[in-house]
Amino acid sequence: MKNVLCAVAGAAALLISAPSIAQTTLTVATVNNSDMIRMQGLTSEFTAKNPDITVKWVTLEENVLRQRVTTDIATKGGQFDVLTIGTYEVPIWAKKSWLVPLDKLGADYDVGDLLPKIKDAVSVDGKLYAAPFYGESSMVMYRTDLFDKAGLKMPESPTWDFVVDAAKKLTDKAGGVYGICLRGKAGWGENMAFLTAMSNSFGARWFDEKWEPQFNSPEWKKTLTTYVDLMKQAGPPGASSNGFNENLALFSAGKCAMWIDATVAASMVTNPKDSKVADKVGFALAPNTGLGKNANWLWAWSLAIPAGSKKVDAAEKFIAWATSKDYTKLVADKQGWAAAPPGTRTSLYKNPDYLKAAPFAKMTLASIDAADPSHPTVKPVPYVGVQYAAIPEFQGIGTQVGQQFSAALSGSTTVDAALSAAQSATEREMKRAGYIK
Amino acid sequence: MARMVTTRNKVISTAAAWLVGFLIFFPILWMVLASFKTELEAFAIPPSFLFFHWTTENYVTVQERSDYLHHALNSIIIAGGSTLIAMLIAIPAAWSMAFSPTKRTKDVLLWMLSTKMMPPVGVLVPIYLIYRTFGLLDTRSGLIFILCLGNLPIVIWMLFTYFKEIPKDILEAARMDGATIGRELIYVLTPMAVPGLASTLLLNLILAWNEAFWTLNLSTLEAAPLTVFIASYSSPEGLFWAKLSAASTLAIAPILVLGWFSQRQLVRGLTFGAVK
Repeated sequence: MKNVLCAVAGAAALLISAPSIAQTTLTVATVNNSDMIRMQGLTSEFTAKNPDITVKWVTLEENVLRQRVTTDIATKGGQFDVLTIGTYEVPIWAKKSWLVPLDKLGADYDVGDLLPKIKDAVSVDGKLYAAPFYGESSMVMYRTDLFDKAGLKMPESPTWDFVVDAAKKLTDKAGGVYGICLRGKAGWGENMAFLTAMSNSFGARWFDEKWEPQFNSPEWKKTLTTYVDLMKQAGPPGASSNGFNENLALFSAGKCAMWIDATVAASMVTNPKDSKVADKVGFALAPNTGLGKNANWLWAWSLAIPAGSKKVDAAEKFIAWATSKDYTKLVADKQGWAAAPPGTRTSLYKNPDYLKAAPFAKMTLASIDAADPSHPTVKPVPYVGVQYAAIPEFQGIGTQVGQQFSAALSGSTTVDAALSAAQSATEREMKRAGYIK
Repeated sequence: MARMVTTRNKVISTAAAWLVGFLIFFPILWMVLASFKTELEAFAIPPSFLFFHWTTENYVTVQERSDYLHHALNSIIIAGGSTLIAMLIAIPAAWSMAFSPTKRTKDVLLWMLSTKMMPPVGVLVPIYLIYRTFGLLDTRSGLIFILCLGNLPIVIWMLFTYFKEIPKDILEAARMDGATIGRELIYVLTPMAVPGLASTLLLNLILAWNEAFWTLNLSTLEAAPLTVFIASYSSPEGLFWAKLSAASTLAIAPILVLGWFSQRQLVRGLTFGAVK
């Protein structure tokens, strides 16, 4: 009965509005960050060119979005037509056949222009499963004025020894300036993103080739000892509850001499509207220990289409528009080159206007190039991902381990106890999931 | 003998009450203040209390980016609808259990409460699948249904305890005078139970208004209430406190105003039966 009614109503609607075109409504699920909000604001440019498509936005906080979208895609709920997902999800979801491969992005899309590392991170078996919207790595941001005053010179690719020494020299607790600010808040995307990337530069790894957890290795001990000692001597008080935003606030207020975090922070700390130290910030590659790997990560927020979507063509059209070179130019025309979404296209880093507007561009590109998700650390690993291992179990394990390491930082447990608790928790979860016996 | 109340005691207890009241209200006040700051000031350490550059730009941004009225209307319909349906089911249920209990009444009550002990995320996938099959995802009726189910045990329990307080003898007296069940309900029971009914209604309304698990997971766009509106202003990377505060202030404003106006009923209802 309902179907009949619908059919009658539909026919009536068609008769009344015969000349208009059938409308496709795309529901786009996305995260709340400035680049995405900017895209939301520019949607009318897309719909003006595609009058048959209407775009509706669902913006959610990152973790809420992850849960919401995962539930929907796992049950084939069909609530979303375009998803914003990270490099962590892409390989896992593509293997489960939850995503539609993007092979109709159009002739002028120029897939070859995508940064190779970013393109690899959103491809499986050579097929693109998500289009990168913006990419990031991590790097050292430091105060040039404080370094000059102390007679220190930051190398382009510093070692951990240099960073530790400099942090101790620059700490002036009475004056409220701390040598270094690092993430301490527990979570797989919080302190573990930083610590996993840091451990790579010390030659540590999450799992060996047979998926055996490696927290009992000397490399992990060295990583965690260096981190905890450094933060105790040169870090801000209460660091175990600091994440990206807390450190951003500290650095912008002039309380940190160095901060190692996401490259996207560069545009925030150099923006005089939000930062007191905007004209005194320098950039360097994330530190290393001479083993050939730097402590930087790789991440890209990307647009993908859930399998089973009935609006694949319209969705792909939208994705091609939002991640194209033309979109970058559109943003530049409307809001200036510094607002262009970074870290996805080679052409952007060859554009003199962009390089002039973004003093951090060169180091962002070098940092992205220095990260390799397929070979994240010195020894071989069975997983993909620099600051995470792209397996579904990692979210849970990463957060458990993160809690242990956060406790070691706050002093409520020792480095050795934290590592052994991390080892046994990870072993238990990996056994339960069937990776090891 | 009545206790002597000296002026000094009065002053102290009034001051203490104001202090406690202020402490409880402070987070809300702080949120409202933050909503008028710039992002940088909202994050500043040490924080500024009143002497900052007041701005309404956050409210303007929030208005531009999202459709507050759409979300607010959804919240009103969902919270109101689920509350009304829950009351319609709960009043007869509580009435029968309070006035004509059977051997199993206690077990039934405990069983109802036990359904609240399971974490909702445990049934998220089954519920999601059922909703998908019946086309209830992202519909107001779907949300009204699940919130009504979720709050029913609390509503029945609250009403049951209020009804229990009403002396059975009064009802018996009414029956002796020849009152029918209908008349007994309308003229005898209802006037005595009004404070209890009102506070249950209000509390349930507040619970449904604030519910953030099911409303976030089962709605997308069309049925999305204010909880989704708030969730779109939080972010792990970037400064967002001022805008989030503005969104939250807008989201709690209707229920806060309602709470203010109905404070008398709420307090009377919650302390109902404490003094006999």
